[in-house]
Amino acid sequence: MLAYTMRRVLGAVPTLFAIITLSFVLMRLAPGGPFDQARRLPPQIEHNIEHDYHLDEPLYRQYFRYLDNLAHLNFGPSYKNRAFTVGELIEIGLPVSARIGLSAIILAIVLGAAFGTIAALWHNRIADHGIMSIAMVGITIPNFVTAPILTLIFGVYGLSLFGHHLSLPVGGWNDGALRNLILPVIVLALPQMAIIARLVRGSMIEVLHSNYVRTARAKGLPSHLVITRHALRAGLLPLVSYLGPAVASILTGSLVVEQIFGLPGIGRYFVQAAVNRDYTMVMGVVITYATLVIALNLAADLLYGILDPRVRLR
Amino acid sequence: MTDVTAGDKSALIIGARDVVGRSLWIDASRRMFANRAAVASIIILGIIAVMALLAPLLSPYSYDSINYHLISCAPFWWPDHHVPCFAGGAHWFGTDALGRDLFVRVLYGARVSLAVGLVATFVSLFIGVSYGAISGFIGGRLDELMMRIVDVLYSLPFIFFVIILMVVFDRSLWLLFLAIGAVEWLTMARIVRGLTLSVKETEFIEAARASGVRGHMIILRHIIPNIIGPVVVYVTLTIPSVILAESFLSFLGLGVREPLTSWGVLIANGAYQIETAPWLLIFPSLFMAVTLFCFNFIGDGLRDALDPKDR
Repeated sequence: MLAYTMRRVLGAVPTLFAIITLSFVLMRLAPGGPFDQARRLPPQIEHNIEHDYHLDEPLYRQYFRYLDNLAHLNFGPSYKNRAFTVGELIEIGLPVSARIGLSAIILAIVLGAAFGTIAALWHNRIADHGIMSIAMVGITIPNFVTAPILTLIFGVYGLSLFGHHLSLPVGGWNDGALRNLILPVIVLALPQMAIIARLVRGSMIEVLHSNYVRTARAKGLPSHLVITRHALRAGLLPLVSYLGPAVASILTGSLVVEQIFGLPGIGRYFVQAAVNRDYTMVMGVVITYATLVIALNLAADLLYGILDPRVRLR
Repeated sequence: MTDVTAGDKSALIIGARDVVGRSLWIDASRRMFANRAAVASIIILGIIAVMALLAPLLSPYSYDSINYHLISCAPFWWPDHHVPCFAGGAHWFGTDALGRDLFVRVLYGARVSLAVGLVATFVSLFIGVSYGAISGFIGGRLDELMMRIVDVLYSLPFIFFVIILMVVFDRSLWLLFLAIGAVEWLTMARIVRGLTLSVKETEFIEAARASGVRGHMIILRHIIPNIIGPVVVYVTLTIPSVILAESFLSFLGLGVREPLTSWGVLIANGAYQIETAPWLLIFPSLFMAVTLFCFNFIGDGLRDALDPKDR
C-alpha cells in the first residue's frame, strides 16, 4: 500500500511537470506581452518593467526561475491585479471554491446513491423509469442552462410554502451564508447526481441478483438489513472509482457556476484572468487545479483499495 | 437422417441460392429503425440541421441587423403581457438586446454548434483512430509508451488548456475546432486500441500477414473496417460532448465572436436578461437540449443495434 502510494506520487511528478511546462510554453507563445497598452510606453520604462518581472532574461532562465519559485509555492505576481500575488489570490479564492465543490460532491453522492438504489430496487417499474429519465435530463442539460432557470424559479419568482414566501438570493457570497450556497451547490451537483444515480443503479441491480444477497434473504434477514448491510456495501463500490472524474468535472463546472452566481472563487478568477490575459494567474490556477485533480484521483484509488478486499494495490 | 432424393437436393440448393445474406449493417439498420426514440431523434435532428442550413431563406431578417426600435421584444404570441414590447412580423422568437431577430440567431447558432460538433468530432476521430490503431497493432514497447502518454494527458484538466489556447491565440473558429478535437481523442484512442488488440489476433489478419500485406495496409483495409461499429457509437456520443464544450467556452466569452453566434453565446446573453426577457434564454436552451437529447438517443440506439449482446 505504502509502496503503491509512493509510486503513484512519483508518477504524478511527470504529469505535473508536463502541465507546468505546457502552460509556460503556451503563455510565452502568446503574441504581445502582458504589459502592452494602447499607448506605447517610453522604451526605458518598458525595459524597467520587463526587468522588474525578469522578462528580459533568456527563456530558459525564466523557466527555471518559475520552477524554482513554484518549488517554494510562489506563483509569482499577478500581471493585472498588481496589488496581489497569484498565491494570495488563490488563497482567497480556494476556500470559497472548495466549500462549494465539497458540498456539491457530498450532495451528489448522497442523493445520487439514494436515487440509484431506489431505481434498482424498483427495477423496470415506474420509479425506475422516472428516476432514469430525470437522470437523462440531468446529464444532458449543461449547468449553464440549469443555473439561470433555477435562479428564475427559486430566486426571482420565489416559492410559496405553507404561507411563507421563500426566495433565495440570485448571487453573491455573503460570507458563505447557507442561503447563498443553496443554488450554486445544487446546480453544480445536479449532473454528477444524475451520473452517480445511473452508476449506482447499474451496480445495485447486479448486486441484488448476486448469490450472497439471495443467501441473506433466504436466511430470513429483513429486507432493509439485506440492502444496507449487504447490497449497498458492494453496490456503492463503483462510485468510489468515479470520484476522481466527478471531482474533475465539478471543478470545470465551478468555472461557470462561480461566474453566474458571482462567487469569489478561483474559478471566477480564472475566467477573468483568461479574458484579461493575466498569464501568471491563469498558470497558477491551472497548476492548482491539476494538483487537486491528481491528488484526489490518488485518494479515490487508495480508498477503493481499502474498501474492496479483492483489489490489491501493488 | 431420412433419404434425400436428387430432386430434394437440388431444391435445397436452389433454396439456398434464394437466401440473401444479411450483413452486420443490414441487421443493425433493421434494429435501429425498430427503435422509435432513435428514429424520432434522427428526424428531429434532420429538421434542425435543414433549418440551420436554410436559415437565410426561413426568415426575412439577417442575423446581424440591429433594430433599435425593437429592443428585447417578446414574440407576438408570448402569453405574459408584462413585457416591454411585442415584436410583430416574422420575429417568431422575439428579439434580443440589440433588436436582432432571435429566430435567425438561434438557427445561425445551430450552424456554428453543429459545425463545431461535426468538425471537432472528425478531428478527434482521425487522431484517435490512427493513434489507437497504431498503438494496438504494433504493440510492445511502443504501445506501452503511447498509452502512457494518453494516461498522462488524461489526468490533465483539459478544458483549461483549451481555454488557454483560446486566450493565447486569437480566437478563431478553426482553432476552436482543433482545440476541442485535440482534447476529445483520448477516449477514442483507448477504445480503438482495445479493439485492435482483439482483432489483430484473428485468423484473417494472420492470413493477410502471411500473404505479405504491409502493416499500414492491414490497419487500413482489415483492422479499421472491423472495429468501425463501436467507433461509430462513440462518435455519436462525442458529438454532444463537443457541442457542450463549445457552448461552455462561448458561454464564458471565449468562443465565437459577435456578431456570429452559437448556442452558448445566446444562452449566456439570455441568462443576463432572464428576468426581463426569458425567451432569450428559453429558445436557445430548448434547441440545444433537444439536439443533445437526440444525439444521446441515437448513440444509445446505435449501440443497441450494433452490439445486441450488450442490451
